[in-house]
Amino acid sequence: MLINKRLISAHFWLAFIVFGVALVLGAWQMFVRSPLNAWHFNPEFYYRSVTAHGSAMGYVFPTLVAMGFGYAITESALEKPLVGRRWAWAGFFLVAVGAVVAMIPVSVGLASVLYTFYPPMIGNPFYYIGVVMVVVGSWIWVALMSINMAIWKRENPDKPVPLAMFANVAGSYLWGWTAVGAALEIIFQILPVALGLKSTIDAGLARVFFSWTLHAIVYFWLMPTYIAYYTIFPRAIGGRLYSDAMARISFILFVVVAMPIGVHHLFADPQVGAGFKFMHSVFTGLVALPTLLTVFTICASAEIASRLRGGRGAFGWVRALPWQNPIMLATALSLVMLGFGGAGGLINMSYQLDASVHNTQWITGHFHLIFGGAIVIMYFAIAYDLWPHLTGRALESFGLMRAQLWLWFIGMIVTTFPWHYVGILGMPRRMAFYDYANPAISPQAFSVAMSAVGGFILLISGVLFLIVLVRGQWAASSEAGAYRFSVPLHMPARIPAAMNSFGLWLALMIGLTVVNYGYPIAQLMVLKETNVPAVYVGASR
Amino acid sequence: MSDQPLFSPRNPWFSASVGVTAAIAVLAAIAGLIWLPLAQPDLKLSGIWDAICSAAGVPRVSSQGNAIQSDFKTSNVVMTSEMLTKPNQVSIGRGATLAQRCAICHGPQGVSDANSPNLAGQYAAVTYKELNDFKTGARVNVVMSPFAATMSNQDMLDVAAYYSYLPRVPSGNLDPKLAAPQIVTTGAPMRNIAPCGSCHGDIDNKAGSPWLGGQSAVYIKAQLQAFAAGTRRNDISQQMRNIARQMTAEEIDQVARYYEAQP
Repeated sequence: MLINKRLISAHFWLAFIVFGVALVLGAWQMFVRSPLNAWHFNPEFYYRSVTAHGSAMGYVFPTLVAMGFGYAITESALEKPLVGRRWAWAGFFLVAVGAVVAMIPVSVGLASVLYTFYPPMIGNPFYYIGVVMVVVGSWIWVALMSINMAIWKRENPDKPVPLAMFANVAGSYLWGWTAVGAALEIIFQILPVALGLKSTIDAGLARVFFSWTLHAIVYFWLMPTYIAYYTIFPRAIGGRLYSDAMARISFILFVVVAMPIGVHHLFADPQVGAGFKFMHSVFTGLVALPTLLTVFTICASAEIASRLRGGRGAFGWVRALPWQNPIMLATALSLVMLGFGGAGGLINMSYQLDASVHNTQWITGHFHLIFGGAIVIMYFAIAYDLWPHLTGRALESFGLMRAQLWLWFIGMIVTTFPWHYVGILGMPRRMAFYDYANPAISPQAFSVAMSAVGGFILLISGVLFLIVLVRGQWAASSEAGAYRFSVPLHMPARIPAAMNSFGLWLALMIGLTVVNYGYPIAQLMVLKETNVPAVYVGASR
Repeated sequence: MSDQPLFSPRNPWFSASVGVTAAIAVLAAIAGLIWLPLAQPDLKLSGIWDAICSAAGVPRVSSQGNAIQSDFKTSNVVMTSEMLTKPNQVSIGRGATLAQRCAICHGPQGVSDANSPNLAGQYAAVTYKELNDFKTGARVNVVMSPFAATMSNQDMLDVAAYYSYLPRVPSGNLDPKLAAPQIVTTGAPMRNIAPCGSCHGDIDNKAGSPWLGGQSAVYIKAQLQAFAAGTRRNDISQQMRNIARQMTAEEIDQVARYYEAQP
């Protein structure tokens, strides 16, 4: 039962508009730094574009999807109207206004610092203020999710929290805590320098704070995708969820171990000791566990659906799956990309293997494959699944949806596989220009050109996606019924308190953060010699 | 839902999750902070506490006592890109007088056909550094070492200023149309050789790198061979020795002929 449809639609529409704009920038970036383009532009435009693309795709787009989907889950899974509707709108406007406030200095070239901020580079303060507004807006959502679950639990003391809501709140808590790192960095380190109150900054400490946010933010992006795997996919293909408990354990594991692992982004940085790098590496390895549990549970759920449809044999059931169904297709393609991306991720988190790919295009290829590929394709699936319930009109262009999903998959593979490859050849990331005439670089030219072609395939797919949604707004009215989530094979009548609440898991998450981050942060805060002069971006030279 | 309080050691969920998490954290800490550092002999750790401090990243004063002493003289000149770029007229005048005794090999105008270096128009910092290295013994040459031994620091500065003031004169083998060899324009990345031009002009000039245009091919070749053999070792941080060792005999010939033909 979706009541605040306008609220939910507003989040999704703004998310997808931002996504469309950032996608155009992404394709342009792929083109200008490829050998397909003769060198005739100001490299500053490239860094502006990368900053805008990263900030929009990293902060605004997935946050809005998680918020909109979170409100939809709250109303449909708890079967009651959202509590705090006005606050939710306030959060939405904070995100929307924050995005505009951040993008103005970026588009005029005053904050080309890339979305990871990279102190000692310092841009215009309004860029950071805009990002903070986006984060604060999303924290309102975090609070609302928690409040709505608490109220429901009080009203239903003997029922387990529905899985979709449990997972949704897990995602919101993860985000609430992981955003603290970047917030500390911006508020206490960057903004005083950007506002001219200080002229030096501890860049090493800033990078440690950012790593606190930077890795778990990926799991925050991943949450709507995993919720869709567990609670939309089995229902959409006419099956049942294999295990409700397995799902809860996966989300709990994400809450506990997704966060205190970010230092694996700093393997090549000198300011963190090797021992802490090793500890973070160990916990990064543990995060593979909930993903493996998920892949198992989702494949088992697919098998249940297939056998219900008459699928036979050890592998024959795969053919009996409803491949015409866009949700089936999106989930399968997402899992393939998750497999490749996850394998790459295991390489990145290994101290020694990382040395050969650190700061190369391999990394850029990796996170585009995981986020742009495995995660975003499920955002499309969520939109396709939810749209008829939001608009009261059926989405009927199934052929177009399948074409769009296939193009996204093909585009992402064509973009990211050569990208990984040139990274192994040693191509550095974050550069506007490569001299392909140089004999040391020329062997990379073909692969880079190929991934630029992939970028345009992705752009076509993105346009198709928006066409499907816009057509849905004008389709004939039809009542889609109540929005429902998957039913587990065995509905738990009673579940232990640990699997129905978050107190213990939040305590473990914060405890592990103190263990893994406490000393490195404390040491850098105490050392005064680690400050360096700020480098103001966009200042007159 | 459950009757047992969650935050209680008797609740199996509590004890198991806290226990497993703590066990993993402790094991990871033991491995990362104690076992792995101690397994690396290069770290030269004195004990467990030293290992923990080292792996946790506690800033440590590096021990100066263990620095390896070189068994030969190394250059003591500190090069900066601003060094000796603003000559004064008095210094040039004094240098002109002092340079009389250099003329027999380096020519009255800083240019000669004797296969000794042409000094006219050479960067003052370069000439000064070489004179200083001859004086300290970082570079050895039967003819030059005795000359430099008697020069004061001011003498060396003056001679360097004078030669940098003289106009460059192209050699008799000038041929600007001669194509630059690949090693000059792009280097050999797989052998860790930067392009010659990235320090010696053409692409960029780095402090301390001499201007090579118009130098005698015989001289350039002899110096590259000396760097490769390790008989000349006054290059800072082995920059030229590392390059020359990786160059083929053919490449050495090519760059010697190329630079001689340049203005």
